[in-house]
Amino acid sequence: MDKVLEVKDLHVSFDTYGGIVKAVRGVNFDLKKGETLAIVGESGSGKSVTSKALMRLIPNPPGRISKGEILFDGRDLTKLSEKEMQKVRGKEIAMIFQDPMTSLNPTMKIGSQIMESLIKHQNLSKSAARERALELLRLVGIPQPEVRINQYPHQFSGGMRQRVVVAVALSCNPKVLIADEPTTALDVTIQAQILELMKDLQNKIDTSIIFITHDLGVVANVADRVAVMYGGQIVETGTVDEIFYDPRHPYTWGLLASMPSLDTSVQTELAAIPGTPPDLMHPPKGDAFAPRSAYALEIDFEHEPPMFQISDTHFAKTWLLHENAPAVEPPKAVVDRRRSMSANFAKPRLVEEAVR
Amino acid sequence: MLRYTLQRIIYMLITLFIIATLTFFLMKLLPGSPLKSQDKLTPEQITIINEKYGLNDPLPVQYVNYLGNLAQGDLGLSFQYDNRPVTEMIAGRIGPSAQLGLQALILGSIVGLILGIIAAIKHNTFFDYGATFLAVIGISIPSFVFAGFMQFVLGVKLQLLPVALWEGFSYTIMPTLALSGFVIANISRFMRTELLEVMASDYIMLAKAKGISQSGIIIKHAIRNALIPVITIIGPLAVNIMTGSLVIERIFAIPGLGEQFVKSISMNDYTVIMGTTIFYSALFIFIIFVVDILYGIVDPRIRLAGGRK
Repeated sequence: MDKVLEVKDLHVSFDTYGGIVKAVRGVNFDLKKGETLAIVGESGSGKSVTSKALMRLIPNPPGRISKGEILFDGRDLTKLSEKEMQKVRGKEIAMIFQDPMTSLNPTMKIGSQIMESLIKHQNLSKSAARERALELLRLVGIPQPEVRINQYPHQFSGGMRQRVVVAVALSCNPKVLIADEPTTALDVTIQAQILELMKDLQNKIDTSIIFITHDLGVVANVADRVAVMYGGQIVETGTVDEIFYDPRHPYTWGLLASMPSLDTSVQTELAAIPGTPPDLMHPPKGDAFAPRSAYALEIDFEHEPPMFQISDTHFAKTWLLHENAPAVEPPKAVVDRRRSMSANFAKPRLVEEAVR
Repeated sequence: MLRYTLQRIIYMLITLFIIATLTFFLMKLLPGSPLKSQDKLTPEQITIINEKYGLNDPLPVQYVNYLGNLAQGDLGLSFQYDNRPVTEMIAGRIGPSAQLGLQALILGSIVGLILGIIAAIKHNTFFDYGATFLAVIGISIPSFVFAGFMQFVLGVKLQLLPVALWEGFSYTIMPTLALSGFVIANISRFMRTELLEVMASDYIMLAKAKGISQSGIIIKHAIRNALIPVITIIGPLAVNIMTGSLVIERIFAIPGLGEQFVKSISMNDYTVIMGTTIFYSALFIFIIFVVDILYGIVDPRIRLAGGRK
């Protein structure tokens, strides 16, 4: 499959009065045509910042992309001028935000908000754009589009607004759709509807999706591949099966163990990852997760772990995969679910920095 | 919308009634009488005059007569100016005041909005600090100090503008500037804050993500939303201009309502004081009403929820 997007060694930092906050510290990933990549992680792990950086939507000052490349269609987005970037946004890469209650302009009609990018990117006339907007509203499942197109956001429910936001994002058939926690603010039934809608539309227009979330249930539902972020870095990436059934990073174990399942009895105490996310103004030496990890080795406090490769698609950044590391037993919830992966290499391979 | 408007008009009438009542009784509590200063009058003459103006009637009777006349639009006759009807006096004086007030409000709003928008777009730069500096001056220096300063520099020293009186457009420039300073300062501060807040909102981020240019975002998305709260302060600012004009009209010798109002108070001219107070109040209530309507035009959420408000 072709790569649509390739992110190489991306660093994003924010200049604050207290010092420089290194929110994203060397993120690498790629996105293939038509696939859905989920980026998961707790609040403050840098997932939202990464997604905004892809569209160069980090407000500058204080934020800036301090290092790295974002290759899209062979062009490095970090080097484009603001004017060129405006042609990419909305047309090639579109975005859906977290809160549908606040992401539509309250004083502008729904129709105009959808038509805006059509007029800008596809040079449609007003009437043609209106036709297309009606079509999009129908596509995202809004009843009576002829009436709804002239209404304002406050006349829509949260789920309906998110459908409108999806319509705005898909209006120009973008190659990449970045969905930043699109269902977090919705209740569960509406969540399922929006996810269903996104999958459906992905098939129709063959777009690639980057799905930012902290909800692992949603990940299992929509994603092809998963990248787990912690402390501004990707600590593990793999296919959904690899992450759910054969996770290797202690942080991924923690995330999976803290997810209750239907079998969990009332008496079972809900597992949680102790401690708080690292201070990214002064990132810890070594492995950023080590201070909160029950599995931390001495070396974790001294040297940042390299990336190890477990299969063609599965990578994890932990010293536990080193050949000299002691064998450890992951949390019970993870062990219970573990399956053996046939595609795994005989032994994890160290990925050379230069190769990445 | 019609229901909403009718409701508002009824509230306006109730407010006016309360104001009329309060002014009437406050006036009666004032020491002195319109006739006290006329030493030449004999006690008999005073009694006759009091009788003629109904000042000897019991208070409730005076009050009912007053309200009855008011309902018919009759504000009574002046005690001091040859029995001229108060309505006629107000009508004769309203022109210059209205022109001055409107000019100050329009100039103040436009300049204030522009300054506020520039300060927000270029925030934390030289332009922003410059606008802040102007605003601090506008808020802290009273209009009459500013007026005197302009009269001295522009009128006396440079001889660019006439120092006082009311005989053409050039005569309106200095009093308009003096009155609009406070409006400019307030609106620019408010607009800056609101616009910065709007620019940080999610829908602006979404508009950016659609590929809209910075100027397009500000014009099409941001300004309208930032205007909603700014419109609220136009009412109080209009009142500020009205009260400010009381002093400014005296300083520039403008034959306006404010100047007459100040004179009538110093002469205990009951009917003129009451008539002007009620006129000012009605005007103020009307401005708030207009602001509410403007609100509905700018913000669709209010337009439709109006009936319940």
